[in-house]
Amino acid sequence: MIEVQQLTKRYGDRLAVDDLNFAVRPGVVTGFLGPNGSGKSTTMRMIMGLDAPTSGQALINGSTYDKLRWPLREVGALLEAKAIHPSRSAFNHLWMLAQTNDIPRARVTEVLDLVGLHDVAHRRAGKFSLGMGQRLGIAAVLLGNPAVMLFDEPINGLDPEGIRWVRTLLQGLAADGRTVLVSSHMMSEMALTAQDLIVIGRGKLISAGPTSEFIRQNSEQSVRASTPTPGPLRTALVAAGANVAEDSDDTLRITGVTAAFVGDTAAERHITLHELSTQLASLEEAFMGLTADSIEYRGITTDPITQEAGQR
Amino acid sequence: MTAVVDRPGRLATIPRGHYRFRSVIRSEWTKMWSVRSTSLTLLGVAVVTIVLSIVGSATTHWSTMSASARAAFDPTSQSLQGVIYSQLVIGVLGALLITSEHATGTIRISLAAAPSRGKVIAAKALVFAVVAAVVGEILSFAAFFAGQALLRSPAPHATLGQPEVLRAVAGSGILLMVLGLLALGLGTIIRHTAGTITAYVIVLLVVPLAVAALPQATGNAIDKYLPAHMADTMASTLGISDHPQFSAAIGLLVLAGYTAVALGVGAALLRHRDV
Repeated sequence: MIEVQQLTKRYGDRLAVDDLNFAVRPGVVTGFLGPNGSGKSTTMRMIMGLDAPTSGQALINGSTYDKLRWPLREVGALLEAKAIHPSRSAFNHLWMLAQTNDIPRARVTEVLDLVGLHDVAHRRAGKFSLGMGQRLGIAAVLLGNPAVMLFDEPINGLDPEGIRWVRTLLQGLAADGRTVLVSSHMMSEMALTAQDLIVIGRGKLISAGPTSEFIRQNSEQSVRASTPTPGPLRTALVAAGANVAEDSDDTLRITGVTAAFVGDTAAERHITLHELSTQLASLEEAFMGLTADSIEYRGITTDPITQEAGQR
Repeated sequence: MTAVVDRPGRLATIPRGHYRFRSVIRSEWTKMWSVRSTSLTLLGVAVVTIVLSIVGSATTHWSTMSASARAAFDPTSQSLQGVIYSQLVIGVLGALLITSEHATGTIRISLAAAPSRGKVIAAKALVFAVVAAVVGEILSFAAFFAGQALLRSPAPHATLGQPEVLRAVAGSGILLMVLGLLALGLGTIIRHTAGTITAYVIVLLVVPLAVAALPQATGNAIDKYLPAHMADTMASTLGISDHPQFSAAIGLLVLAGYTAVALGVGAALLRHRDV
């Protein structure tokens, strides 16, 4: 269990984290979502006792980080993949961590096997790819077999197979009853991995709750219907209060009613349907829409078409 | 690179008690010896200490020395010349122990594993002190014996039984440790490798030059407080100066005081800083 209470971090006159309140429950993967620069890493560092909050506090199983009796056996964190001394081997990197918490040497070998770094265990970590660095970072999280785990952007630098592996691993860890907090700026990945979502923007909490709820609330549902006779269907649906747009000659995009209602309406009027489906707006779009006002750094996009249109 | 196992094992109960200072010490020991820079800098210390001792003795030509040079000749100090220069190299090791953690970001991992920051810096200092003291003593005695063996008669030779000689040889080894700890303290304050080594070199080499440029009375008054001077005094059996100096023992204590202040300020800053 992680509890963040009125957590605030100020750098000069900039509020990096602004009065955050949320709880991360055990047993599920919780996605920590926000654009780059939104305060995710700062929040995680405060949970880990590395940065001091300006005000508020972060609790792990009811106590602040510095009060933990066996930190590595209680909390594991992957904060930066490349936080490794380049001339230290993967084995020694984990061994020096294990020693602080009296974790046996055999456990180091075990977690290296677990993340697939067995063959490079005694190689200098400076030669590691970003993906291998991520795997070593994940091994460090697993080292003390803790009940609370934090991962800051764990899939950066991983290939598709690696990403799938991380997803499975995180879900397995949560299924064991652990508290798993995973930050990401990729909504689509979190939709696949996380059952709960905490969304922040510019250090402020935007939403917290089950992922399904987030998706339902933030993505516009529409119904797609194909029929050789779109005209009568359209008339009937508009009469029932639905919004209807034409996708193509024989396809309608309907909002405001369910697919079942569209199907029933068509059946009553003996209209043939070739396709009937519920469409979700891209989650990425929903997320972008939600955090649009809170993006700190944004590139300037010029759209040549609208520019041209404006000139006319 | 496919993972062999899918699950890291079931949740275990957390053992009684809590993590200990001695465990942090073990970790710091592993940390120190698992990077190449440690053995490389210690090799550097050894080479500078021994080679300069050998060169010093091999280039002493008693027959061509003036009467005043003969009177000032101190065979012990001659053999320990290398120790004075290897102080710069051991400082690099002391600095790197902490600055490399900031440079690579491992400081965050270290402090997550052992959140008591005072314990972490104390363990680092302790491990370094033991290693530097052992290496310093071995090298001081080796430099002394090598230097005496290569010194050609009729130049006078020193033996450990003579007054002040054992103090000079053993003390020079301890001095190496204390100066290395000073660099560790500076590194804890400054955090950056280049900045720390620059500050250390300024303290040991540049400040004495600046003081020498001052009017003599002012210079002499400040001189005895300089770490570089304490090192010279320690290596000497004769008393090297025309103006009042701290004795070797008092000088070492003053230097240890500087080091304690640097480490204390560093530890206090580490405790309050975001990392």
